[in-house]
Amino acid sequence: MAGLTRSDVEHVAYLARLGLSAAELDVLEGQLNHILDQYAKLAELDTSAIPPTAQTIELENILRDDVVTPSLPVEAVLGNAPARSGDFVLVPPILGGE
Amino acid sequence: MTDPTRLFGHEMAARLRAGDVSSRELTGAHLASAERQNHALNAWLTIDRDRALAEADAADARLAEARVAGPAALAALHPLLGLPVALKDLVSVKGGQCTAGSRILEGYVAPYDAHVTERLRAAGAVILGKTNMDEFAMGSSTEHSAFGPTANPWDLDRVPGGSSGGSAAAVAAYHVPFGIGTDTGGSIRQPGALSGIVGMKPTYGRVSRYGIVAFASSLDQIGPLTRDVRDAGALLHAVAGRDERDSTSAPVAVPDDLISLPDSDDEAASWLEGKRLGLPKEYFVAGMEPGVETAVRNAVAALEAAGARIEEVSLPHTDYGLATYYIVAPAEASANLARYDGVRYGHSVRLEGGDFIADYLATRGEGFGAEVKRRIMLGTYALSAGYYDAFYLKAQKVRTLIKRDFDEVFAAGFDGLVAPTSPTVAFPFGARLADPVAMYLSDACTLPVNIAGLPGVSIPCGLSDGLPVGLQLIGDAWSEARLLRAARAYEGVTAGAAWRRVEPAGLAAADDPSTLPPAERAAAIH
Repeated sequence: MAGLTRSDVEHVAYLARLGLSAAELDVLEGQLNHILDQYAKLAELDTSAIPPTAQTIELENILRDDVVTPSLPVEAVLGNAPARSGDFVLVPPILGGE
Repeated sequence: MTDPTRLFGHEMAARLRAGDVSSRELTGAHLASAERQNHALNAWLTIDRDRALAEADAADARLAEARVAGPAALAALHPLLGLPVALKDLVSVKGGQCTAGSRILEGYVAPYDAHVTERLRAAGAVILGKTNMDEFAMGSSTEHSAFGPTANPWDLDRVPGGSSGGSAAAVAAYHVPFGIGTDTGGSIRQPGALSGIVGMKPTYGRVSRYGIVAFASSLDQIGPLTRDVRDAGALLHAVAGRDERDSTSAPVAVPDDLISLPDSDDEAASWLEGKRLGLPKEYFVAGMEPGVETAVRNAVAALEAAGARIEEVSLPHTDYGLATYYIVAPAEASANLARYDGVRYGHSVRLEGGDFIADYLATRGEGFGAEVKRRIMLGTYALSAGYYDAFYLKAQKVRTLIKRDFDEVFAAGFDGLVAPTSPTVAFPFGARLADPVAMYLSDACTLPVNIAGLPGVSIPCGLSDGLPVGLQLIGDAWSEARLLRAARAYEGVTAGAAWRRVEPAGLAAADDPSTLPPAERAAAIH
């Protein structure tokens, strides 16, 4: 498996929305490649006929009655918001402009 | 009377009922030792003295009522009533902090109680505070906490294991008889082993995770850390069971056998007669310390001498566990941790210029520590276009093979598997920080159990150069009662062993106000 280049590491950091310093990127490039080397071990196994396991207990179609229950108090929830306007969380603009 | 903090939880419960001690006295004694030693151990991120004493008074009121009502009312009281509990700082307690060991959640106040918190409150337990942990439970040493490392009570220059290292150290140092941890790849069992206590990861789905900060959703489980097996059973019994707010919590009955483990050591030991225990040969790996191997082999010999039939078994895909885990867990973590965007709660950076992507990059770049960033990077890469099949899907297929290994052994009629919990005893601060793979190998013997979703328990089985060694018992799904029965049997067999009476060697130093905090000790070692 090909290793990660410095620009791959930068791209993945951007995808993950992690702002990393040049020093952090340097360290990660080496460490991630070392860890990816361990992953290569899995290629030893032929898994073409093996189904994937996403979870280990066989639970399906977990349903509950659709009943009205109290929501959390607005103050308790909004108390954690970094910025608010009245009873709303103030979010950064995502469409540009004012 | 002797120091009540040295008792097991079930002994404290008996003295509460007999009126020999009050919950306020018990809670006060535990608070005093936690507050006295925390500068040296850093096991606790918060200790809530006022709330704990109020809860203790409420428990004393219930005890007084029951005493008036008579023996039946006393017997009907919950086993945890009035007893101090530590919660790992990823369990929500309404109105309190819940950092998950991360700067990104510093200042966050939980608006509701987790399911386990509700259960403990209903039981009348006394929540003493919140304990230190590796950030977002990613780590095996508690050195990845944003709030400094925790010291091992057995040797203050060593780690207590992790990620539930704060709860493990608090239980080992007699600050509480009960600790709650979470285990995604070994984070209850490995610190249990390294701190010389009992730690159990239940079957996936046994305990509702409502109100717990998520790490890897197909692996995370909540479980007990205690100083003996009966206490582990009582704590698990209190928090287990179906909760509709966590759709992965299973509608499987919680056996009352968890709270009726035998008190008599002889009766406990007699259970072993004729039981079949498997010894997975792949767990006795190169790299295991000789002192660990000796202690584990001695434990196996003791089980055999008590009547168990020990047979070597093979779990042939064990060696693939590490790579499988370090794809699945980071992938799930990268998705779960996407929620920390600095918009609704937690650390937030809003830069001038109105570029919201730049805000995310800065918020997350500042808020997460190095190990969390590493795992998010791994997971994002493993899930990214073009690599999903090669990494994530491949790992899920190997997960099937690892699970089948266990299924086949249990289908052959084994009552449980016996293995080491950790290949080494507690290691010094800094020993594995520079090499992530060396740190990941700390969990080589525990993470296959999470991959397969099975229950596992680590119990003390001796000392190696004065440091505790853990014996791991692994069971089939939903077999916690049998597993704890086996663990209790081992306690019975070794009840007279000298190592059982050795107290953690670092406690005297932890009592000394001039002892340096773990962060400074760690810095001095580097």
